[in-house]
Amino acid sequence: MPGIKARSDWPENGVDIMRDVAIIGVKNTKFGELWECSLRDIVVEAGIGAIQDSSVSGKDIDALYIGNMSGGRFIDQEHIGALIADYSGLSRNLHVPATRVEAACASGGLALRQAIMSVASGYSDIVVAAGAEKMTDVGSDEASSALAAAADREWEGMAGATFPGLYAMIARLHMHRYGTTSEQLAEVAVKNHRNGCLNPIAQYKHAITVDDVLNSIMVADPLHIFDCSPITDGASALVLAPAEIARKYSDTPIYIKAIAQASDTIALHDRRDITTLDASVVAAKRAYSMAKLAPEDIDLVEVHDCFTIAEICAIEDLGFAEKGKGGVVTENGETAIGGRIPVNTSGGLKACGHPVGATGIKQAVEIVTQLRGDAGKRQVEGAEYGMTHNVGGSGATAVIHILSRER
Amino acid sequence: MSSVPRFWRNIGVRYNLEGTRCKECEEYFYPPRNVCVNCRRMGELEPYKFKGTGEIVSYTLIHTAAKGFEDQAPYTLAIIKLDEGPCLTSQVIGDIDKIQIGTRVKSVFRKLGEDGERGMIYYGTKFVPLDP
Repeated sequence: MPGIKARSDWPENGVDIMRDVAIIGVKNTKFGELWECSLRDIVVEAGIGAIQDSSVSGKDIDALYIGNMSGGRFIDQEHIGALIADYSGLSRNLHVPATRVEAACASGGLALRQAIMSVASGYSDIVVAAGAEKMTDVGSDEASSALAAAADREWEGMAGATFPGLYAMIARLHMHRYGTTSEQLAEVAVKNHRNGCLNPIAQYKHAITVDDVLNSIMVADPLHIFDCSPITDGASALVLAPAEIARKYSDTPIYIKAIAQASDTIALHDRRDITTLDASVVAAKRAYSMAKLAPEDIDLVEVHDCFTIAEICAIEDLGFAEKGKGGVVTENGETAIGGRIPVNTSGGLKACGHPVGATGIKQAVEIVTQLRGDAGKRQVEGAEYGMTHNVGGSGATAVIHILSRER
Repeated sequence: MSSVPRFWRNIGVRYNLEGTRCKECEEYFYPPRNVCVNCRRMGELEPYKFKGTGEIVSYTLIHTAAKGFEDQAPYTLAIIKLDEGPCLTSQVIGDIDKIQIGTRVKSVFRKLGEDGERGMIYYGTKFVPLDP
């Protein structure tokens, strides 16, 4: 790719001296409009659930990382790390260090990355990585405005840009250049709702049709409201341990094979090409190199489908579809459960919901559930390797993890 | 839309399309940057006033408006590639039937919005299609 250094040796240099890391416990809360729950309620539910799932105890925990995009805007609360450590019972007696991580909608993925690096480096042993967002304590106008802060406020927002508007411009050019259709975009939402029906925690557990999407109100042409992920409350958590002691805590540890992150320009208009998220392409390249795997080795992937066009770009950028063919591949059913590469078995951001700080952690919880063989009716049979892909803003941050059933 | 100083400090940039150009690699930047993305500390940036002509890279008709833009909905938002090279995000007004990917446009000085009846009025640049 022009202008992008192939730093394929970049992660491996460090990996040789780092420890392997495993996930030993996971938990999602229900995702949706959780009127009766506060932010601290849902994070504690997810955190305690993940700890119980792993059989560690509070005294074992060396550190807590929490992804949260905008506590300040959504609930007028900052200092989220301290708040959550306190209400998880980790502060007054144990004084466990707690760090809040923010990268807009990639906050959860980045919190997981920080947690993994903490264990891999040898600095910590047992670490909890959580993610949470409480979005419905403000009205949808205020929530949209908070989300718009993930773009460039001065040079996109002040021109009247909204997030659906930015992704609509990606969609428009993708359609113009590659012939992608509104129907193909709609197929992403239809598939993700179908998967959401099989996920007990999903915000939307009802099937929709292509016509439902095309007849829903237009938000930013060509994106309809059913092309957009919803506003969601929810929290997710997982517990990490060094691989060599993971079996002490879990019969089914799932191993981290790659962690990768990349940045791109904050404003969509400054990108090399707005139909490709270069941050996703580069992060994927780094991840495949670190795991010594190729796209065809991956059995399922959770991608960042904040809008239907985002899933189409993602499967192209991660190497699961040729550039420009993401719509066709989706229409052909290749990304459905039972297809060539199942995408967003959880229902994705579209149907499972998108509590922005939680999403990156939820994606990893879904992959762990699948690799353990615990995904019930949405199980991808025989899955060995799974990938998560979490994006901040319109693509200024991308975080990718590859997880494996075998060490 | 914004605090007074936050808008005021960029008035030249917003009213007159003032950006920067790197003398080293000759790339143009809008809005102005203090560090060249190619040359970084080896670059040398000088002020540059853009001609204000360019073409539409992509566009959308926004129905659900951004906060502060409710009165203008639906409005057309576009990514515009200026003839000197950089792209920006702006509203396109005028004969919107003419708007396509590739449409030639030029900048015009317009009111962007206001903070209610007694608040500040914001001015800046929008774009209109150029006659073929």
